[in-house]
Amino acid sequence: MSKIELKNVTKIFDKTIKAINDVSLTINDGEFFVLLGPTGAGKTTTLRTIAGLEKIDSGSILFDGEDYSSVQPAFRDTAFVFQQFSLYPHYKVFDNLAFPLRSRLRNLSNDEIKGKVENIAEMLKIKSKLNNKATELSGGEMQRVAIGRALVRDPKIYLMDEPLSSLDAKLRETLRVELKNIQRNLGATILYVTHDQAEATTMADRIGVLEEGKLVQVGTPIEIYNNPLTTYVAHRLGSPKINIVDYNVIELNDKPLETKLLGIRPENIIINSGNYQGKIRTIEHLGAETIVSIDYNQTELLALVQGNFSGNRGDKINFDIDSQNLLYFNEKREKIL
Amino acid sequence: MATIKIENLQKSFGDFTAVKNSNLTIHNKEFFVLLGPSGCGKTTTLRMIAGLELPTSGKIYLDHDEVSLLRASERDIAFVFQLFALYPHMNVKNNLAFPLKMQKYSRNEIKERVMEAAKLLRIDHILNSKISSLAGGDRQRVALGRALVRRPKAFLMDEPLGTLDAEFRELMCLELRKLHDDIDATTVYVTHDQQEAMSMADRVAVMNEGEVLQADTPSIIYNKPQTKFVASFIGSPAMNFIPFNQSIQKNQKDIKIQGINIDIPEQLENSNSEENYLGVRPENLKLVSNDGIKGNVFGTEYLGSRKIITIDTNFGKIKVRVDNNINLKINENIQFLPSNKNQIIFDGKTDKSIHSGFFS
Repeated sequence: MSKIELKNVTKIFDKTIKAINDVSLTINDGEFFVLLGPTGAGKTTTLRTIAGLEKIDSGSILFDGEDYSSVQPAFRDTAFVFQQFSLYPHYKVFDNLAFPLRSRLRNLSNDEIKGKVENIAEMLKIKSKLNNKATELSGGEMQRVAIGRALVRDPKIYLMDEPLSSLDAKLRETLRVELKNIQRNLGATILYVTHDQAEATTMADRIGVLEEGKLVQVGTPIEIYNNPLTTYVAHRLGSPKINIVDYNVIELNDKPLETKLLGIRPENIIINSGNYQGKIRTIEHLGAETIVSIDYNQTELLALVQGNFSGNRGDKINFDIDSQNLLYFNEKREKIL
Repeated sequence: MATIKIENLQKSFGDFTAVKNSNLTIHNKEFFVLLGPSGCGKTTTLRMIAGLELPTSGKIYLDHDEVSLLRASERDIAFVFQLFALYPHMNVKNNLAFPLKMQKYSRNEIKERVMEAAKLLRIDHILNSKISSLAGGDRQRVALGRALVRRPKAFLMDEPLGTLDAEFRELMCLELRKLHDDIDATTVYVTHDQQEAMSMADRVAVMNEGEVLQADTPSIIYNKPQTKFVASFIGSPAMNFIPFNQSIQKNQKDIKIQGINIDIPEQLENSNSEENYLGVRPENLKLVSNDGIKGNVFGTEYLGSRKIITIDTNFGKIKVRVDNNINLKINENIQFLPSNKNQIIFDGKTDKSIHSGFFS
């Protein structure tokens, strides 16, 4: 596997739209790197420029220190997994997996191919399906085969574009643990693109947050969650979303001078204690936890409390705010350090 | 608005029975969710309520009138498909007015209803904008508005948020629920996403293979599931099922798993199955240093305010929810136990939960 570097990469569509705007980024050898952002942030375009499917307008892309910016896609040796699995329906699972290995460029013996395919199939728990046709598989199995077809190769980097997003929630949950495990065992370098924050925080070694083509923060999931540089980044992680409120909503003795906005994570609002009093707007029972929306002097605050919370809409409620974990933002919505 | 009642409803397509003998009452002003995996019959049920499919047998009542065989247009119900079906070349006003024009309402009536819906949805300032110039959220509101102008007795929605990305979906969930509350509507909402169901519904009906397995409030469905399927379909991550080889006798208060004694609520029924399951939600398991059920760490997942630990055991994978500051190594040996006795036993043969003191 390889180390991949982007240096000041810009990609412009239609002469004016900067899909990627001066992005610099290093993905280390053996790293699971996730690009996170909403639709249109430039995630997929970044992935495609690394694969060579899009030409960049400026900057450079290095593979292990060597400039690959103008190398043809076929010679970049990347393996791409798309959102919609593209299998050969008339082929058996075995042949779908073996296909990339049969390229003449690789010159592998049948035994070598068989060994590699069986190995990957075992890892992805589809070994019993090797003789099935692709069309005889469930959606989850098909996506495993699609991922497997990338994994049989030993490319410089795996590029994955929301590979789990077309699967149902349960399966997504199972596969993300498995994929992380496989990556760890193989020591694979993966660049993974998603808008799903749970996928990002559960699998990533590091996350890069994209905002309208710009890379606004890179860090471990914990760093990004605890120390977001802007309110935009603060909003990307955390479910329910962080409360961003005006600085004078809460009386604080001790806050940085230039504070304009406060960030309060919902788990840092402690109910049934403290001196703040509000009214319950809505209650969402999510099972293991409950989200209580509190109307506090016309400001909505979301609190994350335990699953067995009991209360009713319109009830008065006391709460406290854990001031140790408050985030302070200035006028430009940047975190005050 | 409306009470919807379905009685012994059945729908077959050739040899295939899509909906089996279903009974449900959806109360006036209720936000009711039909939840289940694809192919469970939830959409077919909704389409029968709408009049887009006719039942093979059984009855549907809207308030006190039987509507089973009435055409969709005669039912006074609005059906909202995936929320993107708008006319892109028309402006917002004309998109909203369209269904009323089709029904030949007077100009004044149309104007009044369009304004009313637009105000409610906070889109009255963009009535002259073209659909193609709108942001996603506004488009969704226009689509909702199109259902709203008809002032129907009930709204029927079939996975209206299915195509949206996660963040936007969360926002629209809140908006939909708020709209429902503002207009005192009766809403029947179909989804396969348990989280959507839990967060929006007053009551949820969980369906599988054409049958309604349980219909109740989200918290009862979560805490007191009647079948293993319901237990596993609701909750993220899903409930853990720990197998044990022991039948259950009435009044029994403990079981043995891997030689460890585990307290359970007093059982109120017998089960003659030799293999049963202890059902435990990930938040009801705790890590212990000794005398626990053994396994090793397969994965740890950081989720901001919490972590999920996946443990490999000799009966499969188990998930435990822990605080976000707990750090474990992959492959580390680990032990766990239920954190309290209020767990559920599922009969290995029938897959039903065995009634216990915890249920009453």
